[in-house]
Amino acid sequence: MRTGRNLAAGALLGLGTAAFVDEAVFHQILHWHHFYDRASSDVGLVSDGLFHAFSWFATVASLFLVSDLRRERSFWGRRFLAGWLTGAGGFQLYDGVVQHKVFGLHQIRYGVDLAPYDTVWNLVAAALLVAGVGLTVATRRAARLPV
Amino acid sequence: MTHHGSAPLLVTGLVLTAAVAYLVVASGVPRWPVGRTVRWLLGVAAVGAALLGPLGSVGGAAHDLRAHVAGHLLLGMLAPLLLVSAAPVTLALRALPHRRARVLARLLRSRPVAVVTHPAVAALTDVGGLWLLYRTDLYALAAARPPLLAVVHLHMLLAGYLFAFSLIGPDPAPHRPGLAVRAGVLVLAVAAHDVLAKLLYAAPPPGVAPMPEAGMLMHYGALPVHVALFVLLGREWAAGQERARRRAAPVGTAIIPRTSEP
Repeated sequence: MRTGRNLAAGALLGLGTAAFVDEAVFHQILHWHHFYDRASSDVGLVSDGLFHAFSWFATVASLFLVSDLRRERSFWGRRFLAGWLTGAGGFQLYDGVVQHKVFGLHQIRYGVDLAPYDTVWNLVAAALLVAGVGLTVATRRAARLPV
Repeated sequence: MTHHGSAPLLVTGLVLTAAVAYLVVASGVPRWPVGRTVRWLLGVAAVGAALLGPLGSVGGAAHDLRAHVAGHLLLGMLAPLLLVSAAPVTLALRALPHRRARVLARLLRSRPVAVVTHPAVAALTDVGGLWLLYRTDLYALAAARPPLLAVVHLHMLLAGYLFAFSLIGPDPAPHRPGLAVRAGVLVLAVAAHDVLAKLLYAAPPPGVAPMPEAGMLMHYGALPVHVALFVLLGREWAAGQERARRRAAPVGTAIIPRTSEP
């Protein structure tokens, strides 16, 4: 059934997608995020660098995992989606809570009241994460594995 | 590298020699893949582009941080990736007389080669050198002294080659560790490169005029090479999975149809 590998492939692509949306939409299109606002702590800078690097590894790794799962005809879309939602929500929440707030790496937007932005950001993240965990449990039951 | 003396002539000579030597040797080896020859020529061209012309000239590389970063991307990242993919060691092993080829093969299996071609050592040599260059006085020193700048450039190319070779490529690599180690080291190296790019964006090397664009260029310009390295590791993993499936299937049975064959 390859339950673990389908879930992992989804989670990796979820993480990669969230990082990519962060980069493409918030940095490049909206210009809300700053490349580096010079106010970050060193640990924040390292955390951001590691996530940047890992998100590209995750995206590429996921595509190879999916290709291999399809080749052996064991790709399972719902299980993959469960992983995707969990990965995207998990990364988004980490970015919103730890990187933006704890490390102060950069903010969502500058020159505005941040509270509504932070709330929406983290609620979206939590919703993705909850949906992902729910679907993970549901697909695990469908595969009749012990929960 | 400099408008004084004969450095551009020397670089031109070395670049042309590398291109012609590979062409001559490859033409003598039966069925040598054309793709490898093309990658070698592109790699050599990347070296030439980094060291000659507007990027490599003083007033360019030495004083414009952006040109220097562009040089780093070409000389330390793109060129090594292309050159390693061109399998020069395999070509040498195929072309050399038997006895010399065996000496070369023994050398590749030796302990010192094992140490310097370990991904962690190679990454530290490569990215560590870049940190020294951009975060210490080395950059200003090299900018003022053409011979030192030549050493810096040579280190960039060799360390970049070593790091690319430690990760990927068709050449024999008897000591190369498993994919997990290589992917882990690559993630850390990419992260270190990314952090350095952000620091370069925030502050230039000591004694150099600020130029935030250089940091952005370093960050985004490196991305295609980073992704290419991840993809090459992924291809190796996929090929391994495929081999394992073929081994597991009894001889003579039809295996699941493959969508593509490399």
